Amino acid sequence: MIEHFGPVSPAFVLIAAGLVLPFFRGRLQDALFVLAPLLALALVWVLPDGSAGPVDWLGLQLTPLAVDGVARLFGTAFAIAAAVGALYALDQKNVVERASALVYAGSAQGIVFAGDLVTLFAFWEVMAIASTLVILSNGAEKAGLRYALIHVLGGVLLFAGIVAAVAEGGTAIRVMRADSVGHWLILAGVLVNAGAPPLSAWVADAYPRASWSGTVFLSSFTTKAAVLVLIRLFPGEQALLWFGLIMAIYGLIYALLENDIRRLLSYSIVGQVGFMVVAVGIGSPLALAAASVHAFAHILYKALLMMAAGSVMRATGTTRLTELGGIARSLPLTSAAFLVGGFALAAMPFTAGFVSKSAIMQALADDKAALPWFVLTAVSAGSFLYVGLKLPWFALFRPASPRPIILAPRRSMQAAMLLVCTALLLLGCFPNLLVAVAPGISEVRVLTADHILFQFQLLAASGFCFVLLLQLFLPHVAITRDTDWLWRKLPAVVLAKLETIRQALQRLAKGIRQQIELENGGFKPFRSRSLLNAGNWRTGDIALWATALLGLFLLIAAL
Amino acid sequence: MIAVHGPVLVVILPLFGALVAALVRRPLLAWAVSLIAAIGSFVVAVALLVQVRAEGVVSYRIGGWAPEIGIEYRVDAVNGLILVLVTAIAVLTLVYARRSVLSEIIPERIAWFYAMLMLCLTGLLGMAVTGDAFNVFVFLEISSLSTYVLIALGRDRRALVAAYQYLIVGTIGATFYVIGVGLLYLATGTLNLGLIVERLPEIASPRALIAAEAFIVVGIALKLALFPLHAWLPNAYAYAPSSATVFLASTATKVAVYLLARYIFGVFGVHLGIGSVAIASVLIVLSLAAMFIASAAAVFQNDIKRLLAFSSVAQVGYITLGLALANQSGITGAFLHIVNHALMKGAAFMAVGAIIYRSGTCKLDELSGIGRTMPVTAAALTIAGLGLIGVPGTSGFISKYYLVLGAFEAGFWWVALLIVASSVIAVLYVGRMMEVIWFREPNQRCRGLGEAPAEMLAPMVVLAGMTIWFGLDAELPASLAGAAAHVLLGARP
Repeated sequence: MIEHFGPVSPAFVLIAAGLVLPFFRGRLQDALFVLAPLLALALVWVLPDGSAGPVDWLGLQLTPLAVDGVARLFGTAFAIAAAVGALYALDQKNVVERASALVYAGSAQGIVFAGDLVTLFAFWEVMAIASTLVILSNGAEKAGLRYALIHVLGGVLLFAGIVAAVAEGGTAIRVMRADSVGHWLILAGVLVNAGAPPLSAWVADAYPRASWSGTVFLSSFTTKAAVLVLIRLFPGEQALLWFGLIMAIYGLIYALLENDIRRLLSYSIVGQVGFMVVAVGIGSPLALAAASVHAFAHILYKALLMMAAGSVMRATGTTRLTELGGIARSLPLTSAAFLVGGFALAAMPFTAGFVSKSAIMQALADDKAALPWFVLTAVSAGSFLYVGLKLPWFALFRPASPRPIILAPRRSMQAAMLLVCTALLLLGCFPNLLVAVAPGISEVRVLTADHILFQFQLLAASGFCFVLLLQLFLPHVAITRDTDWLWRKLPAVVLAKLETIRQALQRLAKGIRQQIELENGGFKPFRSRSLLNAGNWRTGDIALWATALLGLFLLIAAL
Repeated sequence: MIAVHGPVLVVILPLFGALVAALVRRPLLAWAVSLIAAIGSFVVAVALLVQVRAEGVVSYRIGGWAPEIGIEYRVDAVNGLILVLVTAIAVLTLVYARRSVLSEIIPERIAWFYAMLMLCLTGLLGMAVTGDAFNVFVFLEISSLSTYVLIALGRDRRALVAAYQYLIVGTIGATFYVIGVGLLYLATGTLNLGLIVERLPEIASPRALIAAEAFIVVGIALKLALFPLHAWLPNAYAYAPSSATVFLASTATKVAVYLLARYIFGVFGVHLGIGSVAIASVLIVLSLAAMFIASAAAVFQNDIKRLLAFSSVAQVGYITLGLALANQSGITGAFLHIVNHALMKGAAFMAVGAIIYRSGTCKLDELSGIGRTMPVTAAALTIAGLGLIGVPGTSGFISKYYLVLGAFEAGFWWVALLIVASSVIAVLYVGRMMEVIWFREPNQRCRGLGEAPAEMLAPMVVLAGMTIWFGLDAELPASLAGAAAHVLLGARP
């Protein structure tokens, strides 16, 4: 059997599990929900290196399963995120969310192990659909539709690019340069999913609209899968440096301004993905390995932070910093999770984030990329401000009357958070564990005295700033204007302007018409119908169009 | 013996079916007769396609007359595919129609409905199979006249207006077409398409040919609802009986597209003096306009049938765009989309018909949560919708892949970009439907409904299944469409 079908991709295990999940009930469904990602994790490690034999499809060579070191690293991270997320979501009884979360996780694995561009694109689209369903299952219709539109846009750019690339040089996944229209389209399509400007705002617009458990899945897969594709297709692409730097700065600024914890963390995703994109832009072997390791660490600590935020959401009904405060006493484990996750994000020594960020900084230093090094160091210190100081202070420790706890966190949720906390600290204290899965970063010296001291100085400095400027960081209830203004508000503005122009034209036309009627007495001018409203056209209009078209053909042909 | 007469049998079977159905007058009997005739026609069509794939071209002389004076039926890889598609859709529509027609048409008229459906099938098959320019006109009129009646049989009074409007427009189209054929006849002295092609290069002045081409293309464009000549279509599809809409949406415009392809490539393409360039450039612009404007119009519809009708106009835009690209990949994409769109739109209109059968309405705002009570129907509609967007795993993806490939091969990368960008609008109108039927709480009207009867579900599931199947394993349709494209391009110098 097995020999006949070849090795089984973790993607198919998860997608199949997601598709059959709705047919189970109760404990069986719970078991399937948690075990499927674990099985996928096992498969990620059991599968031998190399690719399964090519499948011929429409004259294209497809390789649905190709395993290498990078794929295994991302596959592991995605499988762990799915498993932990499922464990955490055991109390979430929404079947649509559970099923689509599994399919979503499966599509991420599919992208990781895709051996050709067409397979990659197919899973890319499945990912867009499944993640939209995760958002829609929480009843967020408008946000879901906006999210879907952005991702369809990214998908079609990628599709057009891939068709061009396939026509040029076959389906193989290969290193590209942004030198032709096709390659630019691919880059643009991938960057949309990575949360790059100018469409970065979809992340913070969509992710917080999912349920308390759905956001954990969302924060793990889409952007990091895009990073993986960038590593595979565009290592060393200069443009990525700038995209990444802007993302890092953008993420920092908006996270500093944000009041809602889950939106804050979503902005921070963009910022952290910016680090990875910069590393891909550097393109040296060390930088690429560092980007993968940072993605690995980021998936873990961001999942942890989102779980903690979801737990607060579920317990108190809000995640706004202005309405929280003093929850350290009522939700101790959740608060610990916030601290560990936040410290990992801020690259506090002895957490996994420190290892991965050190690797990125080392890569930048080796490449003599001075500007990115300074910017990212500053952003890194700044990220400690919002996630290591602002968030814990205002949500956990600020003296305030804590909100009543509606739903205490379940055991399963606590277990999930505890697991990830342990993993982050273990990886931080024993960096060799990470080196084992990503040998590319073996030369990076992580836990040396001078390096640790440097990092503590940095963090202490930002801590000092925080205390000094506490007033500035006071969260306030406001909507920060973001690039999503482009698609949420601009259409209305443009339409309003168009309406004024239309009215002006109408007045003008009316004047002319009256003039004509005066001169011709009783002549009724042809009134064009709206193109959008063709159902109400008169038959004469169609005949007129037909005649016009005939005339056009004759005219062009005669020339 | 019978095999020799295949090309004419495929047309005569439904013609006699129509006659008998009209004579028996009993609804059930008329239905049975029509179904048998359609199945017979389908079997012959499949046999013809198999024969064509083996031998290349099947030629049949009506009454044994030579092509110069008689009528020749000619089947090749291009129309063989169309014949199978049209007859297959006819069989599935008839299986579906019995229950749907019972609930939508008054009993005395049911037999007439089947007679008209069979006449329409006759006309469409005749247009596809014949190799004679004037014979095409005759069958065009047969199919059009029966279509007017089919539309007018709709239960809504507005169906009469829609039918009347289509009658006027269809007549204009047919007149344009016959004027063009007349010009061709004057220039070449024959009505046989094959002979016209042979004699075209000898014609010194292309003036008459240019006029002929313009009249024929615009005449056909009215029938296939090329933007901006599409205004008859939304009302006609929306108010016709559900089963008639299923059949017309999946076949009528497709046969017209086939005719357009035949004339552009098979006839006029061979004469160097006349401007296929002009036709192509105008066609590209109009197709793109259809893809965007008609899709945008679909977004604002509340009636699902009208929504899908506008989407049909947009999808026809993809097909004509593929033809206008005029290369192997583009035309393959066009013919693939003829097949794929017929399948997915058939499934979608069947689903809407089933919803009307159970709930009595197809207004989007009255159907919230119908997916909970009619899951299979809603699933079929969902699959068809995903196909319209072109999601991988559905057949719509395959056709768009070929179209984009064709655009790149033609050097029009911006066209490729526009093809994929228009999918975003499809997401909007499909997304609206999905949101209402799946994600809203069922309203009073939808709560107590049951799933549609099995005989309506079966053909719907077959079409939806084919949409998935041809999305995963596109070997068969791609090779058929590729062969059609090869034949069409092979006729060029």
